[in-house]
Amino acid sequence: MRLLVANRGEIARRIFRTCRTLGITTVAVFSDADALMPYVAEADLSVHLPGNAPADTYLRADLLLAAAAATGATAVHPGYGFLSENAAFAQAVLDAGLTWVGPPPPAIATMGSKLRSKELMAAAGVPCLPTWTTPSEVSDFPVLVKASAGGGGRGMRIVRAAGDLTAAFDGAEREALSAFGDGTVFLERYVENPRHVEVQVMADTHGNTVALFERDCSIQRRHQKVIEEAPSPAVSQTLRAELSAAAVAAAEAVSYVGAGTVEFVLDPSGAFFFLEMNTRLQVEHPVTELVTGLDLVELQLLVAQGHPLPPRALSPRLNGHAIEARVYAEDADYLPQTGMLTRVSWPYGVRVDSGVETGSVIGVHYDAMIAKVIAYGANRAEASTRLANALSSAELHGVVTNRGLLVDVLRSEAWSRNEVDTGFLDRFTPSPPAPLLHSVHCLAAALAGAATRRTVFPSGWRNVPSQPQWTSFDGTRVEYTQARDGLTASVAGEALAARVWGAAADLVDLSVDGVRYRCAVHLGPTTYVDSVLGHSALVEDDRYPVPGSALAAGSLTAAMPGTVLRVGVKVGDVVSSGDTLVVLEAMKMEHAVKALVAGTVSELFVTAGQQVDAGAVLAVVSLVVEGQS
Amino acid sequence: MTAVVSRPDVLSDERRTAMLEQLDLVHAEVAKALAGGGDKYVARHHARGKLLPRERIELLLDRDTPFLELMPVAAYGSSFPVGASIVCGIGRIHGVECLVMAHDPTVRGGAANPYTAKKTGRAMDIARINRLPLVYLVESGGADLPTQAEIFIPGGAGFRNLTQLSSMGIPTIALVFGNSTAGGAYVPGMSDHVVMVREKAKVFLGGPPLVKMATGEISGDEELGGAEMHARTSGLADYLAEDERDCLRIGRDIVRRLNLPAAVDRPSVPPRYPEEDLLAIASTDLRVPFDPREVLARVVDDSDLDEFKPLFGTSLLTCWASIHGYPIGVLANVRGVLFGEESEKAAQFIQLANSSNTPLLFLQNTTGYMVGAQYEQAGIIRMGAKMINAVSNSTVPHLTVVIGASYGAGNYGMCGRAFDPRFLFSWPHAKSAVMGPAQLAGVLSIVGRESAASRGLPYDEDQDAAMRSLVEAQIEAESLALANSGRVYDDGIIDPRDTRTILGYCLSVIHATPFQGVRGGFGVFR
Repeated sequence: MRLLVANRGEIARRIFRTCRTLGITTVAVFSDADALMPYVAEADLSVHLPGNAPADTYLRADLLLAAAAATGATAVHPGYGFLSENAAFAQAVLDAGLTWVGPPPPAIATMGSKLRSKELMAAAGVPCLPTWTTPSEVSDFPVLVKASAGGGGRGMRIVRAAGDLTAAFDGAEREALSAFGDGTVFLERYVENPRHVEVQVMADTHGNTVALFERDCSIQRRHQKVIEEAPSPAVSQTLRAELSAAAVAAAEAVSYVGAGTVEFVLDPSGAFFFLEMNTRLQVEHPVTELVTGLDLVELQLLVAQGHPLPPRALSPRLNGHAIEARVYAEDADYLPQTGMLTRVSWPYGVRVDSGVETGSVIGVHYDAMIAKVIAYGANRAEASTRLANALSSAELHGVVTNRGLLVDVLRSEAWSRNEVDTGFLDRFTPSPPAPLLHSVHCLAAALAGAATRRTVFPSGWRNVPSQPQWTSFDGTRVEYTQARDGLTASVAGEALAARVWGAAADLVDLSVDGVRYRCAVHLGPTTYVDSVLGHSALVEDDRYPVPGSALAAGSLTAAMPGTVLRVGVKVGDVVSSGDTLVVLEAMKMEHAVKALVAGTVSELFVTAGQQVDAGAVLAVVSLVVEGQS
Repeated sequence: MTAVVSRPDVLSDERRTAMLEQLDLVHAEVAKALAGGGDKYVARHHARGKLLPRERIELLLDRDTPFLELMPVAAYGSSFPVGASIVCGIGRIHGVECLVMAHDPTVRGGAANPYTAKKTGRAMDIARINRLPLVYLVESGGADLPTQAEIFIPGGAGFRNLTQLSSMGIPTIALVFGNSTAGGAYVPGMSDHVVMVREKAKVFLGGPPLVKMATGEISGDEELGGAEMHARTSGLADYLAEDERDCLRIGRDIVRRLNLPAAVDRPSVPPRYPEEDLLAIASTDLRVPFDPREVLARVVDDSDLDEFKPLFGTSLLTCWASIHGYPIGVLANVRGVLFGEESEKAAQFIQLANSSNTPLLFLQNTTGYMVGAQYEQAGIIRMGAKMINAVSNSTVPHLTVVIGASYGAGNYGMCGRAFDPRFLFSWPHAKSAVMGPAQLAGVLSIVGRESAASRGLPYDEDQDAAMRSLVEAQIEAESLALANSGRVYDDGIIDPRDTRTILGYCLSVIHATPFQGVRGGFGVFR
């Protein structure tokens, strides 16, 4: 077998890893932006897909099939996302005489339509939620607006009042059309405080369909999973048996073959309803692998080659607990971030499935996921502790990530008491940083910088001392004097009782108030400091600021790189605070740039279709002055 | 390679305490210089958005690198404020060693007095001899008018020095932060590179009142000498800075573009004994000798020194060593007195250092050349003259540290100020004079007594005692390190613990320019 993975990044790498152990030759495809990604380097062969937009590259069935032909690939694995649930592509692969590592096209097609699949499931005795196809049919709230095609939460909107329904419906249609090429959306009863529980199923061509237990994916932001675990702490043995039976029934109803996931919504009473079936390998499959000891990709390949599922898969055993955290390049508002990962370093003791490494770029074209970190333990508490510690000791430099949030969740009381549902993050307040984090890290960064400038003479030596040396990070001034009698330091005017045990460019070992901290420092345009206190990204202030370089008041800037979708105003328009001026599309999502104050649009720098960089000034709103129009 | 083994009994708590007391006296004077014109004027200066001279210097220099301030207590003992209203020193800008001078405008508007002239003259000498770019941070009201008679005529040398430095290819950079008027206008006028701060720099020969008096013309500050006018119209300013930081940034950029090599530090092994010990070795009672080997064991690399002629002329130590990787020859008084053997040994050693192109370090603790009939007859003058001849005509760089007494011609033979060492520093308890106070008073007493006897007059013993104590007190006061430093007879009083750092730094400065030991070239050795 020679396997082409019609995908990129983390999942391509994951599949190649199994292929290597099985001795299968691997073929990667890559867009312009992905040319230097690790998964391409790790493939035996690779084929360039010119361009960057998914529509030009990873969604081009013709190019993928040509790549398979050019490389002599005999099988295609679609990964997740892109064409993984595209029945036409699956059929085209089969028509080309290749092995399709996935379910039969009719199963994909049936499950791909949420409306049709639900009818079928209901007929097969699988519990389902009431649904409607148009806003006018809706009788009770809340309801969920969902895209019929695709998944991953894109286009989903919760509506609690009838008045908001039409706007939500239209927005979902637009987003679905842009993301999946299919604008069909539908409405469904929304369960309050639900848990998201899904069952991994595996079926072969010999009539075996088996449930490999459930995963709980209730920690979600924007309807996208960020922490997943197996087994679900909310599922009893009895409920597990019921869920498994329902999942197997669902799969058998569509004559399913291969790996699939049947997703359920579990309400606090223990009742569950069919949501959808994902006819592919899931992002969160590693937690199932860790608690069952199975390699799901290996099983997929066995099934695709017509082999029966092995006994270990047919009589699966559930052992221990596994938790996966998805580390994303995103800010506290879940806005995707881009940039080069100047350093990626993971501790030992956890599984890391990642498509990137030090030097990789998180770009605007694809998903902003950096890694899936999966910890295993004898029980949930052990796995949580291990995962939280692994995440907190990782070094992730170059982009803002959600790592802090993940650690806070895993260390929270609510998580440990299992008070979890899909609204968890909406209620969650991240922990405040350690009180000494900022001051110790600023001092460490300053001393590391001083170490790089050290001559053979004592640092900052003065025979007539008059003032301390200083460095300033983001407005925080660090003053320090390293003299014969030790270090004198202050941060933002507060004296710090600090003693230095060692200061080098990459490691500052100091104690504050008697407690010693080893701070790993990576100096650069942004300096990163990692220690047990936490993580800091510090930008040193210009020692000689160029006067008059500040932005004009009222300037509105792009929060991230993207494309201008619409410009809603023109120069001279009078706007109110909160009015949308420009809509950007970045990372496949729409971002409205709104006026922060009432005023007049005095300058407009962009037009629809234009690419903008993060920080680019889009428009300037001048305050309305009395007596002027 | 011979490492000094320090004697365990060499350190004394008593000496440490006494030395710290001496150091405190110096610190008290340095504190006056640091305080500038005092809280009121400092606050007013800051309120105008301006920086103090040392704040300007800190922003001018490469962060975390050394700055050797020179002559910090100039004008001590005079009627002028300690520090002489200017800060001078050597520091690194983009790695290049530069001589920095900064007016202190909080001290009488930064006006120059006779001590300012002495201090800047010495600083410019240092720039010239060591070929250091001169960065002049200018904000001065010009000459101190009440003492104009003392400053006006000699003060012109400052402007001549600037253009002579320039003619030698030594860059001169004037950063003008405020007033630089009348004669002061020639500081930017004679400099290679000039930066002026917008709305702050004022450079004109005559201000509005003087112009009105002279010609009747009514003009404003800005049109007469504003930074913008000079940058756009007169061409005196090469760069217009938006504010003080901008000015310092431009000054740094100018140095970066001078195409001068950055200082390259050499690796070295530190001494085997702690610098802290240097407080507890020298006795502040200069009659008590101490072994300079114990000092060198805490100053030179790896405490390693090779003695030359260790068995001959043992009152003077001559040895080869290195400091911060720079080879040096050391001459150090062991027991104060210089005899004929010591003088000949010194003359030979200095010639050897010139042959091997090795800089020399003089550690002075001398009461002078031996007197007495036996020594005069043995030719102590001829021997001493050999040493002074050798010191005078030697062309390798000399460094001198007065670590104790510096009396009589011993000061000359051991390369005192008049013998142009590249740098000369004193420990806080050091004393320099023609002879010790008691000896000088005693000599006067004997001369007076003999004079009275020759005239057959009775000698008033009470008056003699009063005269002796008066003279002793005067000489004692004049010979103190602070007094000599106040007169700019050294480049500063240093904490003994800083000795290695300062000498190493000076050697780094010296080595930026090639030097050549003299071949032949000495006067007639009698």
